[in-house]
Amino acid sequence: MSHVTVSKPAPEPVVTDADAQRASRAERITGLIQNQGGIGVLILVALAAAIFSSGFASSGNVKSILVGNAYTSLLALGMTFVIISGGIDLSVGSVFALGGVLAAWGSLHGGTLMAIVLPLVVCAVWGLVQGLLIARAGLAPFIVTLAGLLGARGLLQAISSEGTKTYLVPAHSAFLKLGDGTWLPILTAVVLFAVAVVVLQRTRFGQRLFAIGGNENAALLMGLPVLRTKVLVYVLSATMAGGAGMLNASRLQSGVTNIGVGYELTAIAAVVIGGTLLTGGAGSIYGTAAGVLLLAIIQNLIGVHLSQYGTSASDAVNGGFLAVVVLLQTYLSRIQRTQ
Amino acid sequence: MDTVLAVTGLTKSFPGVRALRGVDFALRPGEVHALVGENGAGKSTLIKVMTGVYQPDEGEIRYQGQAVQFATPLAAQHAGISTIYQEVNLVPLMSVARNLFLDREPRRYGIIDSRAMKREASRILRQYGVDVDVSRPLRSLGLGAQQMVAIARAVQIDARVVIMDEPTSSLEQREVETLFRVIGQLKAAGIAIVYVSHRMGELYEICDRVTVMRDGAVVAVEELQNLERLQLVSLMLGRDLNEVQRNGATAFDTDREVEGQTVLKATGLTSRHELDEVSLSIRKGEVVGLGGLLGSGRSETAKAIVGALPLQGGQIEIDGKQVKRGSTAAAIRAGAVMLPEDRKTEGIIPNLSVRENIVLAALPRISRLGLVTRAKQDEIVDYFMKRLQIKASSPEQRVADLSGGNQQKVMLARWLCLQPKVLLLDEPTRGIDVGAKAQVQEVINELARDGLGVLLISSELDELIEGADRLVILREGQVVGELHGDDVNEGELMTALATAPAEAEGGDPA
Amino acid sequence: MTDVAAPAAVRVQDDRKDQTLHFLQNYGVYIAIVVLVAVNAFWTSDFLSLDNLRVQLFQVVPVLLVALGMALVIGTEGIDLSVGAVIALASAFIPLYLGYGAGLTIVICLIAGAVSGVVSGAMVAFGQVQPIVATLALMIGLRGVAVILNGASAKPVNDPFLDGLGLDSILGIPKMAWIALIIVLIVAFVVRRTTFGRQLVAIGDNRAASQLAGLPVRRVLVSVYVISGVLAALAGVLIVGHGAEADPSNYGLNYELSAITAVVVGGTPLTGGKVKVLGTVAGALLMQIISATLVQHNIANSYAQMVEAVIICAAVYAARGRGNR
Repeated sequence: MSHVTVSKPAPEPVVTDADAQRASRAERITGLIQNQGGIGVLILVALAAAIFSSGFASSGNVKSILVGNAYTSLLALGMTFVIISGGIDLSVGSVFALGGVLAAWGSLHGGTLMAIVLPLVVCAVWGLVQGLLIARAGLAPFIVTLAGLLGARGLLQAISSEGTKTYLVPAHSAFLKLGDGTWLPILTAVVLFAVAVVVLQRTRFGQRLFAIGGNENAALLMGLPVLRTKVLVYVLSATMAGGAGMLNASRLQSGVTNIGVGYELTAIAAVVIGGTLLTGGAGSIYGTAAGVLLLAIIQNLIGVHLSQYGTSASDAVNGGFLAVVVLLQTYLSRIQRTQ
Repeated sequence: MDTVLAVTGLTKSFPGVRALRGVDFALRPGEVHALVGENGAGKSTLIKVMTGVYQPDEGEIRYQGQAVQFATPLAAQHAGISTIYQEVNLVPLMSVARNLFLDREPRRYGIIDSRAMKREASRILRQYGVDVDVSRPLRSLGLGAQQMVAIARAVQIDARVVIMDEPTSSLEQREVETLFRVIGQLKAAGIAIVYVSHRMGELYEICDRVTVMRDGAVVAVEELQNLERLQLVSLMLGRDLNEVQRNGATAFDTDREVEGQTVLKATGLTSRHELDEVSLSIRKGEVVGLGGLLGSGRSETAKAIVGALPLQGGQIEIDGKQVKRGSTAAAIRAGAVMLPEDRKTEGIIPNLSVRENIVLAALPRISRLGLVTRAKQDEIVDYFMKRLQIKASSPEQRVADLSGGNQQKVMLARWLCLQPKVLLLDEPTRGIDVGAKAQVQEVINELARDGLGVLLISSELDELIEGADRLVILREGQVVGELHGDDVNEGELMTALATAPAEAEGGDPA
Repeated sequence: MTDVAAPAAVRVQDDRKDQTLHFLQNYGVYIAIVVLVAVNAFWTSDFLSLDNLRVQLFQVVPVLLVALGMALVIGTEGIDLSVGAVIALASAFIPLYLGYGAGLTIVICLIAGAVSGVVSGAMVAFGQVQPIVATLALMIGLRGVAVILNGASAKPVNDPFLDGLGLDSILGIPKMAWIALIIVLIVAFVVRRTTFGRQLVAIGDNRAASQLAGLPVRRVLVSVYVISGVLAALAGVLIVGHGAEADPSNYGLNYELSAITAVVVGGTPLTGGKVKVLGTVAGALLMQIISATLVQHNIANSYAQMVEAVIICAAVYAARGRGNR
């Protein structure tokens, strides 16, 4: 059967950009706010901080912001994929901690390779189970991953004497090189973000995520492998979280057991502030990068100027930000729908 | 090859319904084949069987000369049968190009070649008269252009048969023209098209042949040019034009003096894409029928009156007092209530009991300080279960377990216990058995006699003609005529329904 | 709307399977409680001792209160993830206002819970934000606010009234449990016998039909989140009373999960339209008994957590697909 091409005589275009532009000025403005809003606010806040907060723009401070968030930003990266597909992964904080403990344990008992492979494999399997429960058994993502949050923390405590035992990475281990210094962590994060841009925008897997999150029914009718893609995205998120935990353990030279509590919330906040719709179907890696940096800067400023409150002030700001952004998103998409 | 797709003796039953009874249908390559029939005629079941959504109980499907059985819509799609749904089944947030190529993107080294993809997309869409920046999100396009993208996508996957289910229902005139031009091109390329629509004008404009269905069976297959409009309508509705004298097929009592004052006055109801300056009034004790084919705005009019449809313009007065637009609570307080067409999704609360469904809307009125008083409830429920002869094992039975007729009576009871002034009935007897039907019709009669204003929407001509004192005719969201007194008969109604819109009014507000 | 219907043979089979499932969904939790209590009575020393039972009650009451509010929210087809953070917020208010008297402090805590409920309820009802998203924002933000108010470390709370509320017993039964009992009765009464309760269930069962029937959908939705917030705040007050300190960094963590578990295990479907008050009580008790069983057999907390995670998924799996029956 040959490919049917409908051609000749090519009709005069009936729908052109001119029509569309008339209809869509509001659309473009709202789209701009949605896509670039996070970056805009980031630039404003960064400028304001550089001007009004002495020492903010110093290279030492900038470096410390970047290094301090290099690994946790990977949670937001994985979360971006999940949220675009219309899901959510509340387990990443616990899985992050689990990855760290497994890495430290692995470096003690099996060497560098074990330290790297063990957390990645265990966390991937963890994600696989979550993904199957969600995609296959049809359970709500937030329930499954909330249970996953609890379960992963339980597993972590089970292998660390209820969290009392901190495994130390042997001082001579090559594993320590992985998270060493200033530039390696930053470079790792930058490379992974770049790869993520390509995967999301330029592979079929990435496109399927958008399609499933945007209209799962249509995705099914168009014949996309919905189930497989959904499972894969949870595997990806958990592996990313476990990997981040592993790198963090290398940097901390130990598997800290009480780390990662509430990290999933910061990750979600960063993703959403970056313009990714919590309802799925739209979002960008750039936006998430902006969201991560924005929250990091706010945390840094709070640390400097409101140090008595610690991280809680940034939690409060994150929550407020999230509420405003979510309301704005709902409002904007309603405007667009009634057009 | 004479036919590309042929089904013979197709039968499909659902519990309680025989949706298809031995249907034959044949589609030739390069033809546009209209498939028409009123609600429940079996069109959509036929389409679903042909596209693998349902499996037939009996019968055979032959596609390109081979007997086939599609397990899923996807299998049908792979074989070359694509369906364009009424609602665009694409991903609105993704770009036009990506929607067009989803999962078939041109790749280089496993990486999507977006430049090639966009170039291709622009080229293909230009052939469909869509010349836009293909990197814009799909939803920023008009519905017509979105529909074009869906068609282009369907054709790109080597479609031999394209099924279009009311593709024009949300399109503007200009967009419809483009669609027709594209259909012409597809036809020229040898693609067969099944075209489902209720708009007479359209059918005659683009279709070659027509298959008319009624009650799960095919009643006619004709060259469209050999069939007059009036004949087509009478085939669809199943009424013989010459058979004028009938002896009351319904329980309605036909002559009734209506002299009450106006109880409902709606003026200029306007809602984007749905209603265009619809005005009508109902007097006390009057039953006004709303005539029109499917998609003419009948249900929308009723919904607008009870505040369930957002309006851009118009006024509603009940008993001389203006009612706030867009608030169901306000409309109900003022005395206008509606029995919705879709009992399941808009009417019953399935898991609550008969009793709770009946008193649902009246709860605030019969409770004190928010406490539900059981005695008062039982009194109401008892009264209506007897009066409407609701058959349930007890008032505590789950309403979802009742028959359709009894569910409908429960819905009626819910409204009657509020003592409304205007009752809007959207297909009140659809899908209920004959006995219950007569009972519902009698109740409507009685209510009108008691001075209630009634708006009656029905696809059944008998019901409409015998039940109504006056008929308001709607077409494409506009009031196009009114029949009084002796004019309320089948011939007049069918003539009114069959007239093309262009003949009825001066130009289309595009 | 599609009129998809399974062939008759499949339906009969489904019906039988359904009946079993239905029975388990309705009574499984009670059976499990009886079995576990019986097993423990023989197997665990002192399980049925008054002291032990009292300890269990102290632990279960806060979860139970939160679960009751959650049950109402879930009844409307919603979810409230902010309850843990509201507990933290309430606990943070206590040391701040205790100087003005315990009564006023409690009122302030409850008002704080109500305000949080108004915010999430308004986002859901008026802003048309998905419940999970709206309450997630509060879940993140409120704990931060709580810690700012209180400081990162726990503050001691020594108030005779609050301590009494959290520690004392009447007739051998903790005051907390009496409070919970009263609230269970009120909630059960509200659900079954008030206009509000019936409207709530109707909205959860079929929102479109409820809207068309003229029910005050928005008002009911907001009220439900307010109730959930107030009950969470009350749980926070009791937790502070019991622990004699306010620790917003740690109080209420994972309470949303425990509450959802209790509700779902108790037979309320996540798809809304049904609220099982007694089932929720039983669900909370069952989860408490399970954890007590594990603890008293020296099974580490870590394993208990994993068991809980499995039970949650199993319960949600069992309750799945019930909404459209």
